[in-house]
Amino acid sequence: MMDWFEIALVILLITTAVGVIRVKTLISAVLILACYSFLMAVVWAQLGAVDVAFVEAVVGAGLSTVLFLLTLFRARAKDTQLRRTPTPLVALLGLPLLGFVLLYAIAPLYPDGQPLRPASTHVADAYLQESYKATKTPNVVTAVLMDYRAFDTLIETGVIFTAGIACALLLRSHSE
Amino acid sequence: MIEAHDSLIVRSAGKLLIPLSQLFALYVLFFGQYGPGGGFAGGVILGTSFLLAVLVLGPQAPPCRLAHQLEHGDGVGLMIFVGVGGLCLIGGGTFLDYSNLQIPGWNDEERRSLGIVLTQIGVAADIAVTALSIVFSLGQHHSQEASHE
Repeated sequence: MMDWFEIALVILLITTAVGVIRVKTLISAVLILACYSFLMAVVWAQLGAVDVAFVEAVVGAGLSTVLFLLTLFRARAKDTQLRRTPTPLVALLGLPLLGFVLLYAIAPLYPDGQPLRPASTHVADAYLQESYKATKTPNVVTAVLMDYRAFDTLIETGVIFTAGIACALLLRSHSE
Repeated sequence: MIEAHDSLIVRSAGKLLIPLSQLFALYVLFFGQYGPGGGFAGGVILGTSFLLAVLVLGPQAPPCRLAHQLEHGDGVGLMIFVGVGGLCLIGGGTFLDYSNLQIPGWNDEERRSLGIVLTQIGVAADIAVTALSIVFSLGQHHSQEASHE
């Protein structure tokens, strides 16, 4: 049952990813990209990363689609059409080969399911065991984001603030 | 570019959905300590609900004046976040070490929990205002350009 679901999910992911690249108008590409983001959210939820799935669904499928569409509505109609040149044979053969080599090279770095791999031995155990006692926060992700890694989140908030200010400065300067 | 939608169905559905999504945003924000969600997702949903109001009811409708007022609050979220860090410094600890928030009668765990809630409110405010600000920036310029043509 679950296998069929996963196979259907992978097929849909690949279909939407190819569709984003092959489609002729940018508005269609944006809408297909929103579908892709939502499918990715389902994938994250399947893998147990519910917080990531939540943010992917809200930001990837929701807000960024609105921003893309508003940007496209500002562009002229002929700028949203794409004239694609045919893909060179070197890229068609070389890029899958490069991807395969990279996947082959990265496999021994992160062996899956081994208890002594770096991702499982560093601080993850301490967070899982002590975060509730130390912060009274049942959701470990929130405790790590907002307490243990608060500096990280502070700088991220600063980045978002800067992005808003930069957009306002760039886009509103012409309307004076 | 941004003006009121003329379809009765869209307007009625919007009037139902906008308060619902705002309520859901607050739920996601404050439930982030107990389940999936938190400042980032809650802030985006809050910003998007105001955005929905602007797109459906038009920028001049009374509920959307609040959205325009909120636009001036850019940076308030960041100030809340940094302010909580500063209160920790005043309490005698290091920056963003919430156990130094001086609240009499509370132990360290409760103080850290409170710090997490406050900083999440800061993150949510920052993201909601930024989302609104970017959309207004994108919309404003276009309407000016269209009036020139």
